[in-house]
Amino acid sequence: MQVKAPVVTPALVLRLACVIVTLAFLTAFLLLPLLVVFSEALRDGLTMYMTAITEPDARAAIALTVFTAIIVVPLNIVFGVAAAWVLTKFEFRGKSLLLTLIDLPFAVPPVIAGLVFILLLGNSGLLGPILTYLDVRIIFSTPGIVIATLFITFPFIARELIPLMQEQGMEEEQAALSLGASGLQTFWHVTLPNIKWALMYGAILCNARAMGEFGAVSVVSGHIRGKTNTMPLHVEILYNEYNFSAAFAVASLLAFLALATLIVKSLLEWHLRRSRETADQS
Amino acid sequence: MSAHPVSKWRMRRRVMPGYGLTLGYTICYLSLVVLLPVSALTLRAANVDLAVYLDVLLDPRTLAAFRLTFGAAFIAATINMVFGFIVAWTLVRYPFPGHRIVDAMVDLPFALPTAVSGIALTSLYARTGLLGSVLTPFGIEVAFAPLGVVVALTFIGLPFVVRTLQPALADLDPEYEEAALSLGATRVQVFFAVILPALRPAMLTGFALALARALGEYGSVVFISGNMPMRTEIVSLLIIGKLEQFDYDGATALAMATLSLSFLLLFSINLIQWRYAAKTRSAA
Amino acid sequence: MQFNRQSNRLLRHTSCVVVLALVLITTACYRPNAGMVEILHVSYDPTREFFQEYNAVFAQYWRDTHEQQLTVLQSHGGSGKQARSVMEGLEAHVVSLALAYDIDAIAERTQLVPEDWQSRLPHNSAPFTSTIVFLVRQGNPKEIHDWDDLVQDDVQVITPNPKTSGGARWNYLAVWGYALSRELNGLALPEAASEDMIAAADKAAYAFVKRLFQNVPLLDSGARAATTTFAQRGIGDVLITWENEAFLALDKLARYNLELVAPSVSILAEPTVTWIDAVTTRRGTTDLARAYLERLYMPEGQRLAARHYFRPRLPEYADAVDLNRLSDVELFTIADMFGSWEAAHEQHFTDGGSFDRIYLENMREGGS
Repeated sequence: MQVKAPVVTPALVLRLACVIVTLAFLTAFLLLPLLVVFSEALRDGLTMYMTAITEPDARAAIALTVFTAIIVVPLNIVFGVAAAWVLTKFEFRGKSLLLTLIDLPFAVPPVIAGLVFILLLGNSGLLGPILTYLDVRIIFSTPGIVIATLFITFPFIARELIPLMQEQGMEEEQAALSLGASGLQTFWHVTLPNIKWALMYGAILCNARAMGEFGAVSVVSGHIRGKTNTMPLHVEILYNEYNFSAAFAVASLLAFLALATLIVKSLLEWHLRRSRETADQS
Repeated sequence: MSAHPVSKWRMRRRVMPGYGLTLGYTICYLSLVVLLPVSALTLRAANVDLAVYLDVLLDPRTLAAFRLTFGAAFIAATINMVFGFIVAWTLVRYPFPGHRIVDAMVDLPFALPTAVSGIALTSLYARTGLLGSVLTPFGIEVAFAPLGVVVALTFIGLPFVVRTLQPALADLDPEYEEAALSLGATRVQVFFAVILPALRPAMLTGFALALARALGEYGSVVFISGNMPMRTEIVSLLIIGKLEQFDYDGATALAMATLSLSFLLLFSINLIQWRYAAKTRSAA
Repeated sequence: MQFNRQSNRLLRHTSCVVVLALVLITTACYRPNAGMVEILHVSYDPTREFFQEYNAVFAQYWRDTHEQQLTVLQSHGGSGKQARSVMEGLEAHVVSLALAYDIDAIAERTQLVPEDWQSRLPHNSAPFTSTIVFLVRQGNPKEIHDWDDLVQDDVQVITPNPKTSGGARWNYLAVWGYALSRELNGLALPEAASEDMIAAADKAAYAFVKRLFQNVPLLDSGARAATTTFAQRGIGDVLITWENEAFLALDKLARYNLELVAPSVSILAEPTVTWIDAVTTRRGTTDLARAYLERLYMPEGQRLAARHYFRPRLPEYADAVDLNRLSDVELFTIADMFGSWEAAHEQHFTDGGSFDRIYLENMREGGS
């Protein structure tokens, strides 16, 4: 991170240009939409903002969203690590196919993702008769929302890890193994430290997407007020009630979340660096 | 899976542990979460009459929608690859005051429900909006025009490129570049000969992901595009339209076509990437 | 060898854990509640405010008469999407949807409700109605008073996409029906006219609707999105919308200074209600669901419907203040002008129907 580049003029110019382009691009595409969200959210004042995010339906939506993320993210972390490991450490037939299958949920439009679960679990779906017979409800209730979210966020962590692990190669792991470390030890002490930031990025992305997913969840949720509405669905409802500021208030919570997770990450990074520095000094 | 060839394979070449475990787990989880549901769609699609496919896919409205969806997604992914690279490079290499906040903002398109993004972008780029009122006098219509679709898809895809490039960039040692520079290479040469090859897997991945995501996007686009048949209608909207008329066959046919096309696209990008990786590895 | 066995065991264990976790999440969240009654009412968008109030009133009535604590869960969304959810297993005890066509679809494709559902309750199972009117900007600068004013060159019309919005289909049929009735000299039923006359009138109606859609700059996916586009974004000169939605917008979007204009002739929009037999039988709530819907026809239900800007079937129960707000519009029904929803849908909204043809032709002729 700390580049001690000598002060050369072309380098400085390049650096400035890059910073300016970055800021301009991000302002037009990210900052301004974010400002719209917050200014709309606070249009009716802070009291209304607090009311909007604490009324019972909003609380139920927040609880459901958090619950979903708590289940989805760990499951996808385990999968992501396993998939990245097998795809980057080994050569085998059909690797490209496997990789593409992992990407598949990206290629499935959210709308179709919802349809897919209707075709699998709906009354007329593949497993419909069995589920009806057992009187187990999956879609139009929480499990359906969890499963759809799992599907949508499936590739995130694996996709974050694969390019990195591919670039890193496996010399370090091989060295550890040849020194007699077990597979698990190698993974824990060699691989994991190397990929921890990517893993974290992946988890953050997965979490953000899990909480923000709208299309697929909208199809399988059933929109039951106070029960199966996630935060994005609650936002839609409020917006459709012309309750614009409340809608944006709930949406701003999701934006906060993106910012908060990154702040946690920065703090961690900073803490780690400091502890390393103090270790160096002693 | 027969045990014999696998164990033989392993004895010959495997030094790394965990092949069976990770492959098995990956395939199990993949099958449960992705393949099973998608096979429900495939089964359904197999039962749809060929005539329905032809009818749906050759409809001028469908063709126009496909052109728009793929065209806009491709443009958006390209914009993201160029600007996403600059953003990632700046964030990793040139820390400036407040770069952490900027970094945090990149995830915004993930966290915001797509509908909210669509509404926010529309209020910015509509004629009465902050940016729209600046652009309209120049004859640039963004909201309720094809350009609006590109804007929405760029917004949606940006984090994919930046977040894939960041770890790879962080891993790239500036020493190589400095060495090349001190040996008399120009910056352009360094970029094309040193930086780009090292980042190619991550860049291709980012591009592929942004593209795939853009192809399927619905929530944000419907707000900003105006949904005019033949002009600003995307494929996902057609699918919703068919479902709305309880035309499951038509919707499945369209869904299957979109899915196969994006799958093929992703597959070829992955293939290129692994070929390329294998070539560089054998060359090394 | 040893490693192989170990990894196999690990593999088995992890997959067991995953399967278990999935089973757990699928079952954990479902627990029926004893001691209380709960029904799910699946409805379309514009009825939220009305049913919120009606549910409270009905729950009170049910507590008084049956000593049961009733909770009515509400689900709102696009009419067609809600119908699909019910077909696929959303456990609705009662439904109220924007068009009879959507409930017909449930009856036709599933065993959930009998085919004759619409005759089980009075007035075609539509306890209240509405019609299609216009919203214009303050002072009505473009002087829009009737349908003919919407085809002027300098008028921009906002209406949602009839392919994705049930409400928009009423708009479309209102325009078409108006043009038809004009051609047929007033509200003459198509049945009363000769075949040739109908064909000619249909052709004229097609031209009229096509001309009108040349004035439509964008098609939002839902009715309320269209209202927002019109009010908040300031796009268009006139919004075609349901009467009750227009009143709600006047109220909630007061800061945009909109005005309501009623055309001389419009369609009688009949949102329909029914109970889902398959669900209520299984859950033992048929009597409750039936009573819930039947009380919509009683004085309290009718009064509340009128207060929420619907047109009550039995105006004698409604407050005069509420009734006086409604405009005097000559109304025709779907049956008058189109025969049935099935026929109307077939002619206009299927792929290759009149809506699709209009867009193709407008596109070819380079119309904006």
